[in-house]
Amino acid sequence: MRLEYFQMVDKVLELDLEAKTIRTANVVPDESPIFEGHFPGHPLLPGVLLFEIMAQTAGILLLRLHNFDRMGFLASVEKGKLRNFVTPGQTIEVEAELLHDGSGYGRLAARGKVDGKPVCNAELTIKTMAFPAPELRGYLLSTAERIGMPMEPPAGVVDAPALSADAVPPATGKLSHV
Amino acid sequence: MSSTFDTVANIIAETCDIPRENITPESHAIDDLGIDSLDFLDIAFAIDKAFGIKLPLEQWTQEVNDGKATTEQYFVLKNLCARIDELIAAKNA
Repeated sequence: MRLEYFQMVDKVLELDLEAKTIRTANVVPDESPIFEGHFPGHPLLPGVLLFEIMAQTAGILLLRLHNFDRMGFLASVEKGKLRNFVTPGQTIEVEAELLHDGSGYGRLAARGKVDGKPVCNAELTIKTMAFPAPELRGYLLSTAERIGMPMEPPAGVVDAPALSADAVPPATGKLSHV
Repeated sequence: MSSTFDTVANIIAETCDIPRENITPESHAIDDLGIDSLDFLDIAFAIDKAFGIKLPLEQWTQEVNDGKATTEQYFVLKNLCARIDELIAAKNA
């Protein structure tokens, strides 16, 4: 986990394209300026970052299910719970599951555990759209490689493009949805 | 259509905290009810689940942006319900 770059996911432990689930490992660093303020003498990973960890795990699953042909943006968090403190050096395993693949959005459930004990869970809506910047898709593909995302076989999406950073769909649309 | 409308109106009322009596078949989801794109995602999710369909929101948005359709065609509730009924019929065909 590189907090200063908001790179939360360290490794994909499991990906099931049929079940539309993923499990990731997210290692909290031993040291970070964040812990100097949150909190002195009692360092904790901020709860908002637990939501970010779940969102990134859910987002990378949704992108993988769409063969990285579009970008996902966190739109809503529902039923969010922070169940236990997470401290420096701990590893959070996050599971995410696609509940519904809508038109331009996905709804996913995510839950995080440390040493088998629940620390967080939420239902997330992730909006998807054409990549707003051409370099973003390349960045995400390199991220996928860094965290060991299995890229074969392609997910069962009609007209799925090749997994290359070159062919970037144009950003379109004035309205986000309505 | 009436049962479709009742289901959709109840979803909107619950999702957006809008009094049920303010929601009519003539209501425009955006202009009259003030529903924004984020709330409409929740509504779409609930509609998709309730009817077992997938509202083609992206296609509709593109058509509106391209000037090929008006928002009234998709977001006046009686028209939205008619689209939902079409999608249900297509699913069951």
